[in-house]
Amino acid sequence: MMDMIETKRLRPDDLPEQEFLLPGNRSCAGCSMSLYYRMALKALGKKTIITVPASCLTVLHGLYHKTSVKMNVVHTTFETTAASASGIVAALEAKGLGDEITVCGFAGDGGTSDIGIQGLSGAAERNTNFIYACYDNEMYSNTGTQRSGQTPYMAYTTTTPHGKLEHKKNMPMIMHAHGIPYIATSCSSYPQDVYAKFKKAKLFTGTRYIHTLIPCPPGWGFPTDQSIEMGRLAVKSGIFPLFEIIDGKMFLSPESERCLDPSKRLKVEEYLKLQGRFKHIQPEHIEYYQEYVDNHWNFINQFL
Amino acid sequence: MELKHESNSQATRGRHVEILTGNHAASHAARMARVDVVSAYPITPQSPVVEKISEFIASGEMSARMIRVESEQSAMASCISASITGARVFTATSANGLAYMNEQLAWAAGTRLPLVMCVVTRALAAPWSVWTDHQDAISQRDTGWMQVFCEDNQEIYDTVLEAYKVAENDNIFLPIMVCFDGYILSHTTMPVELLSQNEVDTFLPSFNSHLKLHEKIDEPVGVNPVTLPDPREGFPGYMEFRYRLQKTIEKAIDVFEDIERDFASLSGRNHGGVVRGYKMEDADIAIVGMGSASSQAKKAIPHLREQGIKAGVLTIRLFRPFPKARIREALKNVKQVVVFDRDVAYGLEGAISAELKSALYNRKHQPHVQGFIVGLGGRDFKTEHVIHGTKMAMEYAEKNEVPDETKWLGVDK
Ligand SMILES: Cc1ncc(C[n+]2csc(CCOP(=O)(O)OP(=O)(O)O)c2C)c(N)n1
Ligand code: SF4
Repeated sequence: MMDMIETKRLRPDDLPEQEFLLPGNRSCAGCSMSLYYRMALKALGKKTIITVPASCLTVLHGLYHKTSVKMNVVHTTFETTAASASGIVAALEAKGLGDEITVCGFAGDGGTSDIGIQGLSGAAERNTNFIYACYDNEMYSNTGTQRSGQTPYMAYTTTTPHGKLEHKKNMPMIMHAHGIPYIATSCSSYPQDVYAKFKKAKLFTGTRYIHTLIPCPPGWGFPTDQSIEMGRLAVKSGIFPLFEIIDGKMFLSPESERCLDPSKRLKVEEYLKLQGRFKHIQPEHIEYYQEYVDNHWNFINQFL
Repeated sequence: MELKHESNSQATRGRHVEILTGNHAASHAARMARVDVVSAYPITPQSPVVEKISEFIASGEMSARMIRVESEQSAMASCISASITGARVFTATSANGLAYMNEQLAWAAGTRLPLVMCVVTRALAAPWSVWTDHQDAISQRDTGWMQVFCEDNQEIYDTVLEAYKVAENDNIFLPIMVCFDGYILSHTTMPVELLSQNEVDTFLPSFNSHLKLHEKIDEPVGVNPVTLPDPREGFPGYMEFRYRLQKTIEKAIDVFEDIERDFASLSGRNHGGVVRGYKMEDADIAIVGMGSASSQAKKAIPHLREQGIKAGVLTIRLFRPFPKARIREALKNVKQVVVFDRDVAYGLEGAISAELKSALYNRKHQPHVQGFIVGLGGRDFKTEHVIHGTKMAMEYAEKNEVPDETKWLGVDK
């Protein structure tokens, strides 16, 4: 089953033409979320019900009575993405439509790893038949860029004016601990990979989790034309590894394979120095940061 | 012990009487309402409602999907989304569980979903108490849900069925709580006549939602997007949506009464509609309460009457929407109203007492109203309290006094 989608060889013109995210929406200029969402919805296809909590994605969906999204969506409260999805799934199953319609919850990193983690953990423990998609802009962007559990070490946010002292919460591995059938990480800067991973997730039954890094120009402090570059640097430096965990086994995605060799990892400084949120960072922080990323790769290596 | 007694007459074939706790009466009603989805989380004294439903599902007597969620917040959130997807939904909770749902309750009402939830009433901690009062339900009165209070187990069974019919009425589409006292009803057995499945199916046809997302794949919809303060291009603003909610809930009083009449002609049981009088025909004094407070008040009536006090009881069955006109009508001949609240609107007084006064204000007939706080956290509310409170109230009325401070029977020195 794993081989049915060849992520490497997907080209833009392999993607279906049908658009579910229409041009012109309320996200900021240069927002990676739009690109990511467009790919994800293409992969999910028409027979899908989405549920979305309070987040930048709510804003992207538009203001009543107009929307930029041509798909069924259930807006839900901030912490209830997974519970909302559980309700949709149960109703569909009660109607005998459980296998016919895909249910997907899309939530930000705050909605996922902070306030929504209890509901997500519960839904995953019940192996609820849905895809949970976390888009990670590493902060609470919707409310004005406050710290989240996914904000990285030393990043400035409005509630960490001297930089955050803790590291990112490792959500994919938390989900791995739930024993769910499919987990993937992806990044909006590799749109075909995003598409392919959603496509692959659809092949599984039970809870599937996809965690996607989406660089956020205003929140991270970089020019709006550098969103793609920023995501690529996060991957190439090994800060954000791309992988899949299929039935408990981890596979590095091609984009991250080179990071197995420490000498081929871009230095984290190359990534940090381009972003306003790390402006205040000191050489000793950078050194520590590099060490942390290197250690993280030792951790990942244990699973390969 | 389950005592079954099958009815033989033609019209009522398939009916039978079972000896049930209030909790299990609710479970049977949910089963017979053929709900599609149940999502709930355990809390005392509600847990047996859902445990029984789990047994029904396990034995095949009920075909609902059950979501064994990890919290009440998720229970209500999943009920909401299941209902949006066209399912008939049931849940139940108490006290802290209900409080934990607060955000979801407002969301459910705002989404105009016909959810039915049993609230097995219990004190709202701290300190911890698992025993009954009405604080949990009363604390949620402003979320946009309808709220009914029951007095016996038959009424619980009947009201759950009526509740679906009211909530799913085309002109209503609002969620409803069926509230009943923890332990006093939830864990006490009484004979309950269950209708035949045929009768229930006739009374309550399958749920026809206006929001079937699974049928909207080709013309997708977005439910609950961000909505601006003002109308735009002919589409309502936030305030118009909330206006419709209020106007609808106001209408629910008539709808509730109509449905009660239908139910009465089907079942032969009439619970009195939205308010219920006991010995009110010739009463000078009305004692007002809900649930167990009202049951207790009735027990005091013979004693009061023996002492020459012509008292009756007005039970408020529907607390939300608050049936102002029906209450005024029921009180039109009384000089004095005594209210027993098993709740406190902290910083003011008992909630029923305050609301009753607002229903009477600016009207010609304004009986003297005196409220008492009683029976919090399972404290026994006794006949002697009713008698004592009634006499105190009469004294205040005589002196034309309306004390500002609240009166707590059995607690005040
Ligand atoms: C219970 C609750 N608490 C707080 C909020 C306010 N709130 C809305 S969105 C949001 C942050 C969302 O952050 P995230 O999930 O990371 O998504 P993003 O905005 O970054 O897309 C917050 C704090 C809320 N809506 N509900
Ligand atoms: S704040 Fe960031 S994530 Fe949110 S819409 Fe703007 S660019 Fe996108």
